[in-house]
Amino acid sequence: MGSENNILRVNNLQTSFFIDGGHEIKAVDGVTFDVPEGKTLGIVGESGSGKSITALSILKLIDSPGKIKGGEINLKGENLVDKTEKAMRKIRGNTISMIFQEPMTSLNPTYTVGQQIRESYKIHQGLGKRESTEKVIEMLKLVGIPSPEKRINQYPFELSGGMRQRVMIAMALACNPELLIADEPTTALDVTIQAQILELIKELQDELGMSVIMITHDLGVVAETCDFVAVMYCGKVVEYAEVKTLFKNPRHPYTVGLLKSLPRSDIDQLELIPIKGTVPSPDNMPEGCSFAPRCPFATELCHDHLPDLLEIGDGEQIRCWIYTDDWDGDPEVKVYEP
Amino acid sequence: MLTYILRRLIQLIPVLFGVTLFVFLLMHLTPGNPAQLMAGEQAPQEVIDRIENRLGLNDPLPVQYVRFLGNVVQLDFGTSMRSNLPVMDEIRYKFFVTIELAIYSTLLSVFIGIIAGIVSAVRQYTFSDIAIMFVALFGLSMPNFWLGLMLMQWFSINLGWFPPTGWGSASQVVLPVITLGTAGAAVIARMTRSSMLEVISQDYIRTARAKGVRERVIIYRHALKNALIPVVTVLGLQFGTLLSGTVLTEQVFAINGMGRYVIDSIMARDFPAVQASIIIISVMFVFVNLIVDISYRFLNKRIDLNG
Repeated sequence: MGSENNILRVNNLQTSFFIDGGHEIKAVDGVTFDVPEGKTLGIVGESGSGKSITALSILKLIDSPGKIKGGEINLKGENLVDKTEKAMRKIRGNTISMIFQEPMTSLNPTYTVGQQIRESYKIHQGLGKRESTEKVIEMLKLVGIPSPEKRINQYPFELSGGMRQRVMIAMALACNPELLIADEPTTALDVTIQAQILELIKELQDELGMSVIMITHDLGVVAETCDFVAVMYCGKVVEYAEVKTLFKNPRHPYTVGLLKSLPRSDIDQLELIPIKGTVPSPDNMPEGCSFAPRCPFATELCHDHLPDLLEIGDGEQIRCWIYTDDWDGDPEVKVYEP
Repeated sequence: MLTYILRRLIQLIPVLFGVTLFVFLLMHLTPGNPAQLMAGEQAPQEVIDRIENRLGLNDPLPVQYVRFLGNVVQLDFGTSMRSNLPVMDEIRYKFFVTIELAIYSTLLSVFIGIIAGIVSAVRQYTFSDIAIMFVALFGLSMPNFWLGLMLMQWFSINLGWFPPTGWGSASQVVLPVITLGTAGAAVIARMTRSSMLEVISQDYIRTARAKGVRERVIIYRHALKNALIPVVTVLGLQFGTLLSGTVLTEQVFAINGMGRYVIDSIMARDFPAVQASIIIISVMFVFVNLIVDISYRFLNKRIDLNG
């Protein structure tokens, strides 16, 4: 936010799935966030919070029975929601790229690594086999794959999980995208490899100057890699802030709960406190704030009415009654001391 | 690759041993004395004895088997009891007729089956999908001799488009190939559909979409190659059904092929002819399955042919 240029502005995005003849499940329900140019935005949330659907919505890769129902996805001033499928194909893998959670299954088992990366060059730059082969080797070198001349002719099953994720990254970055969406890129990897992959993404970001959306459920990953964070709960953004602010001064009770359940080295911590209860099921959403049933501070207002996402200075946004003038509960809870 | 093929060929030897042994014993286990059959029912005992001696029927079984095997290896299946001509000479032409019929029918079922399966999968639950699957179920449930008779009734007798019998000219090929290929096309269509549906929901298809690949390319390049792996398996098994199907189809369309020859030979208890036919058909089936196994390698590189 602030004075920086945003490469992507998502405004009030709504994506729903229509099952059993019209029954609607709101997977993403009014998501709003900005991705500043050259920076990394983390989207954090539990499974089912709608973070992956948000990512797929940005590329308009939502399969039937899912549908983007409303809102705007502004990429450098152009609203992607209005774009045709044909126009979207020019953006996918070219302006916006995506890498996925499962490197084991995200590569086609019947084509070589080289063939799969080469395809991006063919689609977006019209390059022939010989020209693109050089670029593929260059790309594999860039993502730290040893002896790329040999790897290029190998099949995905001949590579380890970490190597495959590197190949995915090489494929995603082939056409020099302005935005990379990484959907839990390290979840399926060994811890040692996780750090390497995150480091790689960061390095490449500095080198190529792209923006990144890092989708994760791991606040540790956020702390390490992100500049801004959007915390999602039940298809909504509940808090958006700079990373430092969020860790130092979390405001939403959900964010506070998440941080309390995370082991930290920077503060004295007596014990880890889990958030009580479970995420409500999508077809049984509370009428008011969706976190109210688990929130230790919830009042009747919270249970009955949904708060708006409000800006509270410094580009921070929060969706919680506590930070409004209407708050009728304990005034003391506004200040959180870790 | 070559070593693999070579090894598979060597592995075929015991299989073929089994086939010849089975065929050989079959003849000796069936009631009735071939010499008696050849000589006729009223023949005096000495004539029968002479024939038995000439055919070596009084030798111990192992000796007879080895002799039989030696002849088979040289493609000598003896002389037909009906015509007194070498069986091999009789079969040679008929064999190629049946092979032609089998290949055309397979091509038809592969072509129609895969296209119908893809259309069905891509347009799941639409009218085209339901229509294709209905026709496939129909084609699968219909006995092929009945289909042959119906086709003959309509297209030969009522409309006069194709000759009802025989083999050789292009117009004679059409009806038998449709008759024989329909069931296979139906099986392949259903298999392709379910296999495609499974592949389309895989992560790597999403990756291809995220790369900006066109939907048509996703279907034919990214999905089909993976979806064909189980289809090829079915294809190999289907070929066995096809071979037995040729027997009926050839009978219905009066085609002078192996299938008809087998039936006629069994009816006449022409043992050398039956033996030769069974061995040749078995060898064909075994080789088709070898070809199927080899083609896996082209579809799925994970299958290590040397391991």
